[in-house]
Amino acid sequence: MFLFADVLVAEIEKKITEAFEVFDRESNKTVDVRFIGCIVRSLGCFPTEAEVQELLTKIEVEEPGGFVHLGNFLPVMTKIYSFSLKALDENKCGYITKEDLVKHLTEEGEPFNLEEMEDMLAVALDPETDTLHYRDYRTKLVVDETKNFPFKVWDAFR
Amino acid sequence: MGSIIGTMGCSSSVADRKSENVIRAAILIQKWYRFTMARLEMRRRYSLSIFQSIEYADEQDQLQLSNFFTFMLDHCTHPDAVSQIFTSPSAPQVVDEDLCLKEFEKKIDVPDSYYGPRLSFPLTVEDANALLHAFRNEQLLHARYVLQLLSETRRVLKEMPNITHLSTSYSKEITVCGDLHGNLDDLLLIFYKNGLPSEQNRYVFNGDFVDRGKNSMEILIILFAFLLIYPNDLHLNRGNHEDYIMNLRYGFTKEVSKKYKDHWKQILCLLRDVFSWLPLATIIDSKVLILHGGISDTTDLDFLNALERNKLKSLMRPPKSVRNRQDQVKKRIPTTKPSKHIANQHVAGKTQHISSSGFTEPSGSDLPPDPALKEWKQILDILWSDPRSQNGCTPNKCRGGGCYFGPDVTAKLFERYNLKMLIRSHEFKPEGYEISHDGKVITIFSASNYYEEGSNRGAYIKLNPELTPRFVQYQVSKFTRRQNLRERVGTIESSALKSLREKIYAHRSELISAFAQYDVNGTGRISVNDWAAAMESVLQLELPWRMLRSQLAQMNSDGEVDFMSCFYDLKMGQPTKEAQPALAETLCRYRKDLEIIFNIIDKDHSGLISVEEFSQTWRLFTSHLGIDTQDDSIDKLVLSIDYNKDGHIDFNEFLEAFHVVHRLEKKATS
Repeated sequence: MFLFADVLVAEIEKKITEAFEVFDRESNKTVDVRFIGCIVRSLGCFPTEAEVQELLTKIEVEEPGGFVHLGNFLPVMTKIYSFSLKALDENKCGYITKEDLVKHLTEEGEPFNLEEMEDMLAVALDPETDTLHYRDYRTKLVVDETKNFPFKVWDAFR
Repeated sequence: MGSIIGTMGCSSSVADRKSENVIRAAILIQKWYRFTMARLEMRRRYSLSIFQSIEYADEQDQLQLSNFFTFMLDHCTHPDAVSQIFTSPSAPQVVDEDLCLKEFEKKIDVPDSYYGPRLSFPLTVEDANALLHAFRNEQLLHARYVLQLLSETRRVLKEMPNITHLSTSYSKEITVCGDLHGNLDDLLLIFYKNGLPSEQNRYVFNGDFVDRGKNSMEILIILFAFLLIYPNDLHLNRGNHEDYIMNLRYGFTKEVSKKYKDHWKQILCLLRDVFSWLPLATIIDSKVLILHGGISDTTDLDFLNALERNKLKSLMRPPKSVRNRQDQVKKRIPTTKPSKHIANQHVAGKTQHISSSGFTEPSGSDLPPDPALKEWKQILDILWSDPRSQNGCTPNKCRGGGCYFGPDVTAKLFERYNLKMLIRSHEFKPEGYEISHDGKVITIFSASNYYEEGSNRGAYIKLNPELTPRFVQYQVSKFTRRQNLRERVGTIESSALKSLREKIYAHRSELISAFAQYDVNGTGRISVNDWAAAMESVLQLELPWRMLRSQLAQMNSDGEVDFMSCFYDLKMGQPTKEAQPALAETLCRYRKDLEIIFNIIDKDHSGLISVEEFSQTWRLFTSHLGIDTQDDSIDKLVLSIDYNKDGHIDFNEFLEAFHVVHRLEKKATS
């Protein structure tokens, strides 16, 4: 199903490994289970807490102490990450662009004024992701939370 | 979700849809918030790993330098100078045992114009208060009182055993503090929160009082003053920075020479001795062992208690038998073979050092037992080691000295000595403390904002008679307005990246040749993967290079890295025309090492060395490191910097030119 070149998969694996290792304080390829959400999000995914929990059920958590081993995390995360890239490539619906978001937040509800909007974007976005995700890959911000994090879709392929 | 709302009484479908929208909006915001926080946490963490990996690489260089001293000694260019730094201090009359308070009083005049505190011995609490007050107002203590205080401290320390035994039965609690590293504000904050030392308020300070911070001298003065007033209630353990060769690199020597222009030599001489008399460990109620670094699988407390601790003035100087072995190792590994691959040579040098410092490798047991070697190794292990969660005891490759000890090593030592807990310091911890080995090992680190404003909290431990530890955390802030998380991470990140860029610049030519190997078509661009591999192999720092790439180098739309862009923002201080790029780079990279070496050669501390001394030392140093340099290039350079042609070189000014500066100070990415 995943027709990515091996090179790309290898590169994704390295990216995930790097993010994982930043939280691997003892340099023994394990992290505290509490940091998994942080790692997933810092890779650019937008899961809800429930989805993070769902992810954890797919990963073997080492008892006792609640440590996750890289060997268990990597294959699961690589599939999710590859899939989310693929989804973006095809420009699937269910995603909104930054422009859309700005539009909604400045027109709906109690609208943000321009300055507030800028402040919010400045606070919420990493300048790098801003250009990378929003210009090159479109946004990963998803309004329909059932479609954003590709567990459900991923399950179908299992 | 709608059903939950439904059961709560909102049954109309319009309200249902509305609340569903509200929930969606809330989830969106929550997701976004968590996403943002995760990214910040990632940046904060990789910034701290940048700081830490650079710090440990630097410590490796420092230990490496000690090998060079030995090398220098063997090659006899300056036998006097080098042996002098290892043996007796240059001013023997100062160290003279009988020279006491009166002598300093007679010799050193305190002018009427001096407004700082005046001490009279024996010290009282009033004196300590006066000192605290003066230091809060950034006053200096006069050199005469400093010298008197130091000689009194040495007298008191000499009476103490290597391992101090305390009991909690005398007072309710004992406070244990970790590394202070010249951050006076942290010490003052601890005293403010926890009270001044007294018979009822006992303290153990666990080493690393000096270096890095601006107020190492003041911290020592305060700690020593309280030690003299309450010798049974305030206890000091030696840290790996209570070592005069470490002080040459990490700032304390400079601090003293700046603050005490007339008497700094005497002060440093005396301190060398005072440091060597600091006790090595403290044990509370025979259950809690407190020492600076850690333990190894050979740590022997009885042996440590019996040795003459003052013999080891510096751990940076391995005893003779280790040196002999290093020579043997050296003979087996040719280091003088000319090679353009400095990187490999450099790595080889490092590995050689690690294996030669003789921690656990089996070959060590073949050697005839040498008491000096055993003493050195025993102390090195307790001052330099770090705990790890994996079992076993392995050489500390990151720092280049001491070892990593696992839970099994801790358990074995605890069983042997019937201990319950080990409190150690020595390692930066973002929260100021950390518990490891199933609660048996506690790390306590008391210097807040260690790497950068906002990088970490400091902490101290309160131990009650049941020996249950309680942690108190704090953070000194110089800002009146509290920075938000984003600003704080931005500050830490940009400062970490700044030091990383300097490191990158110092390895410029090696990096360029490594990049070029991947750039087969000579486009100036390589894949992110190749770029990361090149960075990792040249700099020998395990960092998340893919993540850092966006901060360090530019990428084109095809996803290729323009590798020369890593160097755009940097340049050398005032590049001397005579210094060829390769030479300038070597000077830049080894600036700190050379500064220490020249300072040692410069016996009269004039800041000048002769042209001949300079080039001789340079040759020895480069051949020691296996760096291939053209002989005449350094000679030309040396002649060009001898501005007034008197045959002498101001080496500080010279080395200053090889600073890396940032062309455009990038603003914090906040």
